[in-house]
Parts: sequence; C-alpha cells; structure tokens
Amino acid sequence: MTKSTSTLNAGDPVISLHNVSKWYGQFQCLHNVSLDVGKGERVVVCGPSGSGKSTLIRCINRLEVHQEGQIVVKGLEMTDNIKSIDAIRRNIGMVFQNFNLFPHLTVLENLTLGPTLTRQMKKADADELAMHFLRKVRIPEQAQKYPLQLSGGQQQRVAIARSLCMEPEIMLFDEPTSALDPEMIKEVLDTMIELAQSGMTMIVVTHEMGFARTVADNVVFMADGRKIESAPPEEFFGNPREERTRAFLDQILKH
Amino acid sequence: MTTASPQFPAALPAYDPLARISAGDWLKKNLFGSVWQGLLTLITAAIFLRFAWFVLDWGVINAVWYTSDPDVCRAAAGACWAVIVEKHRPMLFGLYPYDEHWRLVLMMAIYLVTIVVSLMPRNWNLRLLVPLWVIAVVSIGVLMFGGVLGLRYVPTSEWGGLPLTMLLFTGTVLFGMPVAVLLALGRRSPLPVARGVSVVFIEALRGVPLITILFVAVNVFPLFLPAGVEVNKLLRITIGIAIFFACYQAEVIRGGLQAIPRGQYEAAASLSLTYWQTTRRIILPQALRICLPAITNHIIAAMKNTSFVIIIGLFDILTATTAVMQDPLWRKFYVEAYLFVAGVYLFFGYALSLYARKVEGWIASGRI
Amino acid sequence: MLDANPAYRQRPSRRMRDILYSESFRTAIYQIALAGAVGLLGLFLYQNVIENLQRQNIATGFGFLREISQFEIGETLIEYSSRDTYFRALVVGLLNTLKVSAAGIVLATLVGFCVGIARVSNNWLLQRIATGYVEIVRNIPVILQVIFWAAVIRNLPAPRQALDLWGTGFLSNRGLTVATPASDPAHLWMILAFVAGVALMVAGDRWAKRHREATGRHVDILWPGLALIVGLPLLVWLAFGAPHAISFPERKGFNFAGGSTVSPEFVALMTGISLYASGFIAEIVRAGIQATPKGQVEAARSIALRPRFIMRYVVLPQALRVIVPPLTSQYVSLIKNSSIAVVVGYPDLVNIGNTVMNQTGQAVEAIAVMMLVYLIVSLVTSTLMNLYNRLVAIKER
Ligand SMILES: Nc1ncnc2c1ncn2[C@@H]1O[C@H](COP(=O)(O)OP(=O)(O)O)[C@@H](O)[C@H]1O
Ligand SMILES: [Mg+2]
Repeated sequence: MTKSTSTLNAGDPVISLHNVSKWYGQFQCLHNVSLDVGKGERVVVCGPSGSGKSTLIRCINRLEVHQEGQIVVKGLEMTDNIKSIDAIRRNIGMVFQNFNLFPHLTVLENLTLGPTLTRQMKKADADELAMHFLRKVRIPEQAQKYPLQLSGGQQQRVAIARSLCMEPEIMLFDEPTSALDPEMIKEVLDTMIELAQSGMTMIVVTHEMGFARTVADNVVFMADGRKIESAPPEEFFGNPREERTRAFLDQILKH
Repeated sequence: MTTASPQFPAALPAYDPLARISAGDWLKKNLFGSVWQGLLTLITAAIFLRFAWFVLDWGVINAVWYTSDPDVCRAAAGACWAVIVEKHRPMLFGLYPYDEHWRLVLMMAIYLVTIVVSLMPRNWNLRLLVPLWVIAVVSIGVLMFGGVLGLRYVPTSEWGGLPLTMLLFTGTVLFGMPVAVLLALGRRSPLPVARGVSVVFIEALRGVPLITILFVAVNVFPLFLPAGVEVNKLLRITIGIAIFFACYQAEVIRGGLQAIPRGQYEAAASLSLTYWQTTRRIILPQALRICLPAITNHIIAAMKNTSFVIIIGLFDILTATTAVMQDPLWRKFYVEAYLFVAGVYLFFGYALSLYARKVEGWIASGRI
Repeated sequence: MLDANPAYRQRPSRRMRDILYSESFRTAIYQIALAGAVGLLGLFLYQNVIENLQRQNIATGFGFLREISQFEIGETLIEYSSRDTYFRALVVGLLNTLKVSAAGIVLATLVGFCVGIARVSNNWLLQRIATGYVEIVRNIPVILQVIFWAAVIRNLPAPRQALDLWGTGFLSNRGLTVATPASDPAHLWMILAFVAGVALMVAGDRWAKRHREATGRHVDILWPGLALIVGLPLLVWLAFGAPHAISFPERKGFNFAGGSTVSPEFVALMTGISLYASGFIAEIVRAGIQATPKGQVEAARSIALRPRFIMRYVVLPQALRVIVPPLTSQYVSLIKNSSIAVVVGYPDLVNIGNTVMNQTGQAVEAIAVMMLVYLIVSLVTSTLMNLYNRLVAIKER
C-alpha cells in the first residue's frame, strides 16, 4: 500500500489511514488500521460493540488523537497543527449517535451557527442555505422550533442538515440510527441514501445491513480494534472470508 | 507542519503505552503540560510550600504543647496548644458546675454509643432500638438535670459546651425530620388548603434569617402561651432551629417526591391502598432514598446552624470558647482555640458525610 | 374511586350514605377541618398575645417608630444622631446590611469563580488545593469564621505599630485604612465616562452582530470595548489636568489622618460571610462548567467552530442557565448571613432592630420589621429568578 504521487490526482483517496494505532491509557483500542476512501466512495464500518469503530472515525476529524501511524485527508496530514485541523474539520461533517444538537438554539440557529461564524456568511445567505438543507431533509416547517421539541428522527435529520450547511466533501456517521425508534430509522436512512446518491463521500458506522447492501462501495468489518476484513457488499455478505465476520453476520442478520 | 501529500515516509516513533504511567509522564500530563501550566504549577507550589512550611513551623516545630504558664507560650515562636489543654474544660463544658463535669463525660459516652449503635443497619429493629433509646434518654436526662440519686440539680441555663451542641443538633434532627416530611407531603397534597398552608409556612420561614426565628423563640414565643404556661428556653430554641431546618428539608424531600413516577401511585391505587398506606409504604421509602445526599447536606448544615445560639446567649461550644478567650492571660492564643473548635465541627461533619456515603452505597447495592 | 363508575354517577338521587362515602365530600370535610384548625390556632395565639401584652403593659402597634432613639450608631451611610427616630435608625441598619452584603457578594463571587475554575483545572496541584479550600470553608460554621476574623483584627497592632501595606495603607486593630485619591470633581465625570464606555461596548456588540449578519464578517469588539471602558475615564482624567493628589493615611495620635477607613467590624463580617459563600459558589461554578455535555463541544468542533466561539455560543449559554439560579440563592443566603453582624458589633438591620427591641420592649413589631425586610428581599429575588428561568428555559416537549 505505498503511494508515490506527490500531488492529489483524480483517483487518489480523499481519506487515507496508514497503520493507525491508538491507546486509551494502557489499553490499545486501534491496532495498525489502514483504510483508503476515494472521492465519492461510501464505506460502511461494522463490528461488535467496543471494537473501535467510533474511535476510528473520531480520529479522522481529530475528536480523538491517534498515537501511531498517519491520517491524511485531502492531502493534508493530521498533526496537532491548528490550521490543518481547522481546514480538515471544515471539510468533514460529522453526525453523532445522540445528535448533539445545541438545545438552547432553534433549529435554524443550529444550522446557521457554523456558516456565519466560520464561513463568514451573511445571515440572509446562511438562512437561505439552512432552509435549503432543511428542505432536503424534509423538515423545513420545523425551523423555528427548539431541538428538544422534535422527535428523535427529526433531530437526527436536523443534525445531518447542520453538517451539510458547512458544505463538506466528506461525511462521517457514528451509528446515526442506534438511538432511534424503529419507525424513525427509515426516515433517517432515506435521507442518508439520498445523500449517497448525490455523490457525497461517506464513512458510516452502522449495523443497518440493508443500508450497507444498497449504498456501500465497501464494507469494513472491525473487531478488537483491528480491521478484520474489507470487501464490496456482495462479496462481504455473500462470501465472507473470515470466521469472525461470518459469526458476526449470523448474529446480526438473524434478528 | 503539514505534508501536502498522501505519502507515508518514516513512521512516527513507536508508541509505548506502558511508558505513559511513568512518574515523569504523570508529572508532564498533570503539572507541566505546557509552559503556562508549568509556570502555574511552580507558582502554586511555591505559595503552597511556603504556607505548609509556615504551618509546620508554627504548629509543630515551635509549638508549646503543655504548660500552665501563659508566659511560656508568649515567649515561644509557635502555636500554644497548651491553651487547649489548660482551658479544655470550660471550652468543652461551658458553665456546667466544674465538679460535675464527669456527668457530661458520661453523658457524651452514652450519647455516642447510642448514636453509633442506631446507625448500624444490623441493629435496625425496634426490639433493640426502643429500649436502647429509652435507657439513653432517661440516663442522659438524669445525668444532665440531676436532682435524683444524690446528684446535684443543674438547671438548663447552666448547661453548655459540646454536650449542649450535641443535644441541640439531635433535637433539631429528631424533631425536624418528621415536620419536614409532613410539610413536603402537605405541599404535594391533593387538598388545596393543605397545599396553601404548607407553601406559605415553608416560603415565609425560608425567606428570613435563622436569627430572627431565634428571636421569636426567645422573645415572642412566650407571648403566644396562655398565662402561667411556660416552656423552657432551651426547648424553645431547639424547636426554632428544628422548624427552620424542617422548611429547608421539606423542599429537598419534595424534590424526591416529584421524582417518583406516576406509575407508582397508579400501581398502589390498583392494589386499593389508602393515601397513608401508599405514602408510607410506597412513596416515602423511595423518595427519601432518592434525595439522601441532599438530606445529608442539610443535616450537616443543621449542625453548623446550632452555633447561631451564641447570639441569644446559650453556651454552646463556640460561645464557651469565645467566653474563655476573654481571659486576658490566654487571649492572645485565640487562633489555637478557634482552630480546635473548627476541628470539632469538621470532624463531626466529615463523620456524617462518610456515613451518608456508606448509606448511599448500601442503597445502591440494595442492602437497605 | 366509586365515582368513576358511570352507572353509579347516573343515579338520579344520591342517598345520604352515598354522599358520606363520596370522595369529594371527604375532601371537603378534610379541608374544612384543616382550615378550621389553623384558624382556631391562629385565634388562640392572637388572643394570648393580646392578653399577655396587656398584662405586661406593653404598647402595641408601630407608633414607636416615630419616637426618638437616644442611641448612637458607629457606622452610618446617611446622617444620623441619637436625636433621630427609631425608624431612621432602622433605615441606617438596613443600609449597612446592604453595604456589607454588596461588598460581600463581590468578594464571594471573585473568590468563588477562581476557586471553581481551579476545581476543574487540569493542573493537579491547583485542583487539589481548591478542593481542600472548598471542603474547609463550607464545613466550618459561618459564625465561627466571622468571630475568628474579628479576633484576628482585634489582635492586630494598634495604629502606632500598624502593619504598613507598602505605603498604600495600614492594617491595624482600628480596621483597614487605605490611600484614596483626594476628592476632585473629575471623579464624578470619570464614573460617567466609565458608564458611557460600558454603554458603548454594549452598543458595539449589537452593531457587530448586525454587521456580521449583514456582511458575514466577524468584528471582534472585545478588545476595543475594553479599551473604551478603560480609556474613556482615562481621557476624562487627563482632560481635567490629571489631578493626582492622593490622600495618604498618616499615623496621628492614636489613630490615622487621611485616607479612608473601613471599620474592623465591617472587615471581619464581610470576610467571614463572603469566604463562607465562596465555597458554595465554587461548587456551583464547577457544576455549571461540567454541566455542558462533552458531545456539545464535539459537535461544535466538528463544524469547525473556533474555541472562543465554542465558549461564547455553545458552552457559556448552557453553563449560565445552570449557574445563575443557584448563584442568586447563594447571594440571598449571604444577605441573610449578614444578620449575624451582632456577634462582631457591626450595626446592621438585625443588630439595630435588637437594640430597638430591648429599648421599647415591642418585640413582636421589631421582629416583624426585620423579618419583613428579609422576606421582601427573598421574594423579589425569587420572583426575578423565576422570570429569568422562564425566559431562558430550554424548550422541550
Ligand atoms: N474515552 C475513553 N477512555 C477509555 N477507553 C475508551 C474511551 N472511549 C472508548 N474506549 C474504549 O475503547 C474501545 C473502543 O470503543 P469505541 O470506539 O467506542 O467502540 P465502538 O464504537 O466500536 O463500540 C472500547 O473498549 C471502549 O471501552
Ligand atoms: Mg460507538
């Protein structure tokens, strides 16, 4: 997996992890993970709870700090340089399991906070942009409400719209549907599928195997902080190579 | 330092997780993370060490531990702990007749044994506690008042010191807790009149300082009683502090009551339990467990609040110490004396909060 | 519960037994009984008071407030002498209560915020020291602390040997005497300039917000604003020819001349009640800082907000909601704690009320006046707090 190009070409990965390791104290939760994600590629990460999926994608926008290996996003290496962290974060949107909307701001203010403060947009433009994305996630009528007045599914769609308002090239999703009731999962997945069809680069941690089958270009299976296997969905679901993958799929697909 | 290429040249130096716990790294992480951190640590450490050295130098190295001659203390550069040795009896026992102090020592022993025994869950059955408390109350009463068994009679106006603080505190909690529960229930009652009475009572008393309530207990309360009826001043004051305590505690308990889900009331109703059955068996046990930490805080506050009696002239441990410090020979060593009193309060406060933490543990593990 | 049965309810006429067993009847009976008991108790107490007062020949009513007090007060904010009325004496006391409380609140807030922030510092040493401070200060009775500080001041040297505070003032058993600028008309204008500076900063903040909304450009008014607040008074001072005469205290006989002095009672009381409160305020601040969930900051980071914007728009608004209500009730408790002034002889409302009570014998009225004043302070504060809470409440379903 050695690359020797010095400028970013069309086919190059936008996100590239090389032997990334991370420790919490003495506990190693990522073991030499390598991963390449090309432009417009959609990667689904799955694996048992505690396997390091969240940690992995949180390292990509430096909500966590890795100790070994390298992470390169759009040709910029992730170091502790504030400028490059800032630049990388502007390019990456992130959606959390428990939404993390700002409860003291209206839905509209949640959406315009980033554009006005970090992208120096006029309020009118930011409002327009926000409404555009609220329409995209199909809840423009909720703009003046506060997050906690919405259902879980609506909140998660607001969170997606909030990330989109930064007009990122890459979106990270950390189990976006795990905190939702079954009837709300579909509305969020539909939004994500539309996003995928629009050509967004996405890394999605999820156990929704239907979603993985429909949109993923690649499915990555993790266990115990290691990348066990990675394959296109047909191959991954039809003919998994590793015993652990098979056991995991058996368990998850039985339900 | 950005590399504008997805190249992977030399890897980062190998990371050794075990190295993280070395003493050097602990220091780096917790004390010297950055230049500012380091500077802050150095300044804090300098001030702290200076202070610690002063305490050691003054309180131990140059201190006088035992002498009955204040001039020895005056000559020394350090603390005069001898003032506590010399004056411990008036400080601990106040105005109580000097020759009868042994009765107070005995009383405190009985008191502490009773309390400690009562606080242990394995003793929580009425067959043990009722006789224990009857014996304790009677013997403490006999010891304090005297007048029987050849003991000299001592009126309450001569009681004082630590025993008085203990009695005030115990009386406050024993009398205040039931009142607090009633007020809290009243405030959540389905009866509007009960709600109204409780709200006005609680809010009015929480709105005024404790001193004004003590003034009422001392100066106004006697006017409320019919001619010829008198209530002992110590008792009036205890009731005053207790009611003040109850109003704050009632608000805490109300918080606990509010945390009980509706389903509990509905389940009790479906078993056709009455209001009092539901309250006593279902609601209160849960509510009190929920708000135990806050209850403890107010109990500790009640102990501190007993010191307010200095203003109306009861001789608790603080008043007694302040009076002792009028002695021109020893007056100079007030810091040592007040530190001793502060230590007594800190000790009992700490013991209470330790016990409360234990109880919280028992609750969490389902033992009680 | 039988009420709930529709068949039962539809019965045309209720028999006596049905009424007796109905829940609404029971409720009404309980309430009437309770109200009656409370009323009777009140009447009983009232009659006793009236009889007792008559027997002891004590006047009733608030007429005594117009009588001459015949006592002096050591420390007054308004003009007062022993030939003034009790009413004026009580007003002097109230003003003294407000004075010591205001100073105490400022000191308690400063110390409390510093210790609270140190409590969550990632500097291990600082955090430990702050924790120790909080535990000690909160668990020693406030009266003991006040008495302790009073004793400290009483044992300071007399003015002749007063501790010299590097030429700026003296600390002695007569209190704290510090150098102050000699009175000058410029001072009034400087205060006005300061107020104008604050107003301009607020206006600037509004303008910056509108500007940002219109153009998208963020203008930082923090430093210009602070410069205005400091600079305007400075300019005024220069315009008045920089009057720099300072009245330095000097030892003179048994006391000081020049400077301004705060009394030992004031210093002891203020130090005691504010350090006591600072321990509680520190805990409130710590809770407030820790109240904003980690996820909020992470979400803000993931939309690339800069740290100061995260502080200003995400953390602070949520922390203040947690901090302000309990902080206010700490302020109210500090005001109430100032009522222990009598142990050090500071002439606050309760101390003077106590004197009035002893002179006139009208305990009921004197205590009622004291209680009423504190009650009003408490009720006004809690009303304002409820308003604030309703205003900033996070809207949920
Ligand atoms: N802040 C943390 N401190 C210590 N250990 C952590 C922390 N966060 C996660 N871990 C541990 O790291 C491992 C991976 O966690 P995570 O990435 O959240 O797993 P996943 O998202 O796959 O469930 C788990 O064993 C977890 O206990
Ligand atoms: Mg996870």
